[in-house]
Amino acid sequence: MISSRFSKVLSWAYLIALYGFIFLPVVVLVLFSFQDGRLPVPPFNGATLKWYGEVFADSRLMSALGNSLMVAIGSSTIACVLGFCAAYGLARFMLPASRLQRGLLVAPMTVSYLIIALGLLSTFNWLGVSLSLWTVAIGHVVINLPLCFAIIYASMGDHQKNIERAARDLGAAEWQVMTQISAPMLMPSILAAFFLSVTFSWDEFIISFLLSRFDVTLPVEIWSMLRSGLNPKTNAVGSIVFLVSVALLLILELSIFRRTAKK
Amino acid sequence: MTAPVSIRNATKIFGDFTALNDVSLEIEAGEFIVLLGPSGCGKTTLLSLLGGFLSPSSGTVEINGQDMGRVPPSKRPTTTMFQDYALFPHMSLRDNVAFGLKMRKIGKAERHAKAEDLLDMVGLKSSADKKPHELSGGQRQRVALARALAVEPDVLLLDEPLGALDLKLRRQMQDELKAIQKRVGTTFVHVTHDQEEAMAIADRIVVMNAGNIEDVGRPEDIYMRPRTLFSASFMGEVNFIPGTLGKCHDGMVDVDTVLGLVSLAETALRDENLTKGAKVTLAIRPEHFRASTGTGPRITFGKAKVTDGSFFGTHHRAHLEPVDAPDIVLTAHMPQSAVIEAGAWIDLTIDPASVVVLAGHPDTTRTEDAA
Repeated sequence: MISSRFSKVLSWAYLIALYGFIFLPVVVLVLFSFQDGRLPVPPFNGATLKWYGEVFADSRLMSALGNSLMVAIGSSTIACVLGFCAAYGLARFMLPASRLQRGLLVAPMTVSYLIIALGLLSTFNWLGVSLSLWTVAIGHVVINLPLCFAIIYASMGDHQKNIERAARDLGAAEWQVMTQISAPMLMPSILAAFFLSVTFSWDEFIISFLLSRFDVTLPVEIWSMLRSGLNPKTNAVGSIVFLVSVALLLILELSIFRRTAKK
Repeated sequence: MTAPVSIRNATKIFGDFTALNDVSLEIEAGEFIVLLGPSGCGKTTLLSLLGGFLSPSSGTVEINGQDMGRVPPSKRPTTTMFQDYALFPHMSLRDNVAFGLKMRKIGKAERHAKAEDLLDMVGLKSSADKKPHELSGGQRQRVALARALAVEPDVLLLDEPLGALDLKLRRQMQDELKAIQKRVGTTFVHVTHDQEEAMAIADRIVVMNAGNIEDVGRPEDIYMRPRTLFSASFMGEVNFIPGTLGKCHDGMVDVDTVLGLVSLAETALRDENLTKGAKVTLAIRPEHFRASTGTGPRITFGKAKVTDGSFFGTHHRAHLEPVDAPDIVLTAHMPQSAVIEAGAWIDLTIDPASVVVLAGHPDTTRTEDAA
């Protein structure tokens, strides 16, 4: 009896420690974004929304937030379109060395963002392309395309192949099969790929930092704020970033995964 | 719309496997043709050649007199009803049925009206706004049929469409398919491995085996007067009695069987090239054994002992052991009212008109249930 009670206590302790380890930093970040004082460190002096007010009044932060959204949505859209086309081609047609091609498409997932950023930086230099939000977006397509491809490719089964065959049999041209049958049918996985891609792009720092110049994304702007020291305002921005990521994941979970599970 | 189909010397080879071996078949406009055979016999390959999903290694396919050689599926006057229905899961039933018309650039109002007419024909008009996953298997089947017929194909190809339905629903769908085919007049080419389904719906059955056509004809002809041993056994239970062809005289032919010499009309021969001394087999359906009393021409194979019997509702099915060849087991269907007792002796009597003589000997003398 004693040992069973002991193991129960131990497993609860482990559970609490585990979640504490994962979520304590976030809790501290969010808590001290409400700090009534100049330093986001204990002790907690009382709650205020003043720092959030400052964040929304800061035009540089707000334009960085706009840039981040633009880059995230734009690059994710491109990554999904390219990923869908690649997956459709590789799943539906006999292509030369298709296994190798699939491998090459997914391979960038294993390369660190720093290396990808450096490679792109020297490539853009060599091509004479000046750095801008466009180059950041291209960088995010590079990192998110393998993900989008892998998610969409995995959802293309033989059952859908027969449905596409039926569409062709009824007179649909190949582009009509893709746009009117395959894409809508695979929409749950395409949207899953899109939202994950948006989340990754939204959080990404190294590529955004190395491939941008005057217009920057939110993580880069936060980093430059941090250079002048800790401040509850950075906590407030961080909380907003976190909130947006959580919101995206919740949308994903509730709208797409639920629906697929029901079918 | 409807059209004749002509398949000439079609051969299809996959690697070193010959799926179709020099197959020729003429189908008339408006016919309901069933391609029947075990899996791997080439029936689905033949259907795919008609639909354009495969192209023949050699030979030609003509629909309405036009060579289909280089015509892709989307441009052929054919549509297919797939085994797994292949409905578009993200579209309402109305949009599913109207899809082919949309691809043909028919206006929205017109194609929706047409789609609803067809849904009405298959009894699903009130469900036009539902999605396929809300339907039962039989209902999906009907939608697939409506969708395939909406574009008014000359030829409808049906790839084992009833395979996934339970027996009762399958019988019901067979009746509906046949009624709808007669109504629209489209040429139907239907693939199945179920010989009862084939007999229930076909105008003509094409029996296939190992890439070849074994037999073509009306269901009655295929069942009563099969052309080959395979065709006879695939169409239902049958007794094979091996023998040797004797001499012909006055329109009659003698066959020397293990159960004695019998004399049959020359029309019982299903292969004109058979000559005296050829190995032949008599094929007799279990229901053709008769009581020895009664009128009309009879032939007899001597006595047989009943080894066992069971009641099937419409008949008693009994296994018999002929006294002249105890190693053969015959199957006979006896009337409902008959009393079947193991060990009883009966006379093996039969109307000679119901016996056919087929070339060759079966692999085994036991007459097992047909596959």
